Amino acid sequence: MSELDLLHTDVEDDLRASVRDLLTDHCDPTAVAGLYDGDRSPVAPLWKALAADLGLAGLLVPEAHGGAGASAREAAVVLEELGRAVAPVPFLTSAVVATSLLCEAGSGLLPALAAGETTAALVVPLSAGPDGPLPTFSVDADGRVSGTVTSVAGALEADVLLALVSGDDGLAVYVVPAASAGLVPVVSLDMTRQLADVTLDAVAGERVVTDAEPAVRRALETGAALLASEQVGVARWCLEATVAHLKERRQFGRVVGGFQALKHRLADLSTGVESAASAAWYAAATLAAGDPDTPVAARVAQAYCSDLAVLAGEEAVQLHGGIGMTWEHPTHLYLKKAKADQIALGTPGAHRGRLAALVDLEA
Amino acid sequence: MSDADDVRRQVEAFLETHDPAATDPLEFLRARYDAGLAWVAFPAGHGGQGLPQALQPEVDRLFAEAGAPSNRPETNGIGLGMAAPTILGFGTPAQKERFLRPLWTGEEIWCQLFSEPGAGSDLANVATRAVRDGDGWVVNGQKVWTSGAHNARFAILLARTDPDQVKHGGLTYFLCDMTDPGVDVRPLRQITGEAEFNEVFLTDVRIPDGQRLGDEGQGWRVANATLNNERVAIGGKAAARESGMIGVVADTWRRHPERRTPELHDRLLRLWVDAEVARQTGLRLSQKLAQGQPGPEGAGMKLSFARIAQELSGLELEILGEEGLRYESGQGWTMVRPERVDFTGRDAGFRYLRAKGNSIEGGTSEIIRNIVAERVLGLPAEHRTDKDRPWKELER
Repeated sequence: MSELDLLHTDVEDDLRASVRDLLTDHCDPTAVAGLYDGDRSPVAPLWKALAADLGLAGLLVPEAHGGAGASAREAAVVLEELGRAVAPVPFLTSAVVATSLLCEAGSGLLPALAAGETTAALVVPLSAGPDGPLPTFSVDADGRVSGTVTSVAGALEADVLLALVSGDDGLAVYVVPAASAGLVPVVSLDMTRQLADVTLDAVAGERVVTDAEPAVRRALETGAALLASEQVGVARWCLEATVAHLKERRQFGRVVGGFQALKHRLADLSTGVESAASAAWYAAATLAAGDPDTPVAARVAQAYCSDLAVLAGEEAVQLHGGIGMTWEHPTHLYLKKAKADQIALGTPGAHRGRLAALVDLEA
Repeated sequence: MSDADDVRRQVEAFLETHDPAATDPLEFLRARYDAGLAWVAFPAGHGGQGLPQALQPEVDRLFAEAGAPSNRPETNGIGLGMAAPTILGFGTPAQKERFLRPLWTGEEIWCQLFSEPGAGSDLANVATRAVRDGDGWVVNGQKVWTSGAHNARFAILLARTDPDQVKHGGLTYFLCDMTDPGVDVRPLRQITGEAEFNEVFLTDVRIPDGQRLGDEGQGWRVANATLNNERVAIGGKAAARESGMIGVVADTWRRHPERRTPELHDRLLRLWVDAEVARQTGLRLSQKLAQGQPGPEGAGMKLSFARIAQELSGLELEILGEEGLRYESGQGWTMVRPERVDFTGRDAGFRYLRAKGNSIEGGTSEIIRNIVAERVLGLPAEHRTDKDRPWKELER
C-alpha cells in the first residue's frame, strides 16, 4: 500500500475557490434562514448553478458517461464548501449517494445526471447508514412498486427516485419517476436538507440493479465518508465566526477573546477542527485511491467528524452569548445542520460499532 | 535519476565497502556520517547532503534491513531532536565540526538545562547566572526536570548574562560540558518511583566562550528554535496504525475477553478513533512539513497526544481490574535510573502515572492552548506586567 497523498492539489484548491465564490454570491444566510419559514425558492436556482453551470453534478460520473471523471477528493472539497455555507442543495444525496449507486450499474441515467438535467435520490431515511437496516418497497408481478419510506432526504428536489425492493432474489434497485410518487414534505430539524415521506402506490419502475445490497451499502459508505467533509465545513465556519466575534465583542472594558477561559476552549476546538479535517480528507483519499482501508477510514471519519461538528455548533452558540440564541444570527443554521448530520448516514455509535469488528476490538 | 534512487544507490555502495557484520559498530556509524548518509537533510560535511527530510525513513530502513548498527536514537532524543538542529542553525563552523558527529553516532548523549524551579512555563524567567570571566564564563544556578542528565556528556543551557536587560533580552545560550566538576546531578524521583529526571546544580561551572551558541543576549531566540524543533519532533511523525499507547491498550483488550463490559468497550472505541485521527493528522502534517508547509496542527498534536495517552492509560487500569491494583512488574516502586524515556513500557500502572507528564513536559497543555489561541487563531495575548522592565526589577 503506497502512502496516500494527503495534500491538496492546485486543481483541488481552484475547485474550492470557484465553489466558494459562487456560494458567496448566491447563498446568503438570510435566504437560507427563509427556508425555515417555508420559502424554498432559492433552492432550485442555486442547485442549477452548482450542478449544471459549474458542472458539479457530474464530478463522480466517468467521462465515458458524460461526467467529469473526478474522484471523491473533489467531491469532498465541494462538500466542505457546501457545509461552510449551509447550502440547501441535493449534492450529497444525488451527486454522491445516488450517482455512486448508478455508476455501479452503468445506468443510462448517468449522462443526464452528469449534466445536472436530472436529479436522483435513494429512497432510504436520512438516518440509514451503511451498516444498518434498509427499508424496502414491495413489487408485484407486473413490476409495480408499492410502499412507504419516511424521512427521505433529497426526494423533494429529485426527478427520479431509487427505490429498494426486496424479492426472492435479494435486494433490487428500481428507478421510478418522482412525479408518480406521493411526497409529503416533513418539517425537518435541518431545513437545508428537508426530508419527505415517500409513498409509492403501484408505480411502474425500471429495475436497474439486482443483487443490490453490497452496492447500496457501498454507496451509503461513500456518502458517510464524504458527509465528514460537509461536517468539517460546518465546524470551520463555527470556529471562524466565533473567533471573529470574540475579537470584536467587548465586556469589562476589554475584548472578551483575551480571557483565557474562552481562549482555551477555542484552542481545543481549533485542534478538533484540524483533526476532523485530517480524518475527512484521509477518508476521501482512501475512496479516491480505491484503498482497502476505505471501510475503516469512512467509519473513523464519521465517528469523529459527526461529534466534532456538533461540538463546534454548540460552542458557537454558547460563545456568541445572547446573539447566538437569536433567529437573526446565522449560528442556529449551523447547529441544526450539525445535529442532523450527526444522525445522518449512521450515528457515531453505529459507526464505532462496525469499527469494532473491522479492527478486531469486539465487545 | 531521482533523489530517492540516487540515495538508495549510495546506501548500497556504502554497504558494499562497509560490511555491517565485519565492521566495528562505532567505525561504521562514523563512516556513515562521513558519507552523508546519517541525517540526509543536513548539509554536506555534517552527516547529510541537503536532501528532502522525506527520504530519511527510506535510508534508515535500508540500513536496518542490512543489519547495520544503530545509533540508538531512543537514548539521545534531546541531542538528535533539539540540540543538533539548533547547533546547525546557530553554531560556528568549529562548533558544528566538534559536536555534531559524536552526537549523531551516540558517542555523546545530550540533555537540556532549561527549566528551573522559578522558570517553568515562564521559561524566560531563567535565573541561572553566567558571568564573563576572561575568555570564558562562570555559571551558577539550579536546573530541574532534566531528563537523562545522569547519562549526558553535554547539555544545551540557557542562562542569564545581563539582569539589567528585559527578561527576554538578557539570556544567552551555551553548550555545557556535564563532566565539569561544578556540575552536580541529583536524581529527582518521580511519581512512578523512578528517577528519569534530575535536578542539576551548577556551581562555578566554567564554560569557554567557544561554547556560546549564538550571540550574547540572543539566547531567547536560540531557545525558541530549540523548542520549535521539539514540537516538530513530537508532532510531525508518520506512524503506523495502533502505534504507541493505543496499541498497548488494544492488546490488553484483546488478551482479556473476560474483563469486557459495554461501558469499557465504548470508551475504548472512542479513544481508538481519537488515536487514529491523531495518527492521520500526524501523517498529513509530516507530508506538509516535507513540502515545506508547516501547518497549525503541530501544537494541537501535542494536546491531543497528551489527552489520549492519559485517558487510554487510565482506561487500561480499569480494564485490568484486580490486576490493575498491583504495581509489581519490574522494580515496583524501587527507585531506578532508566537509560531512556519510555512512555509505553513496564506495566499499566507505570504507564498511567508516566502519562501524567505528557501534558506538562515540553510545554504544558495550558501553555500550548495559549499558543494555539494567540498564534493560530490570533486572539489577544494575556495582560502582562513583566515584559518592559529590567529582569532584576521583576517580582519573583
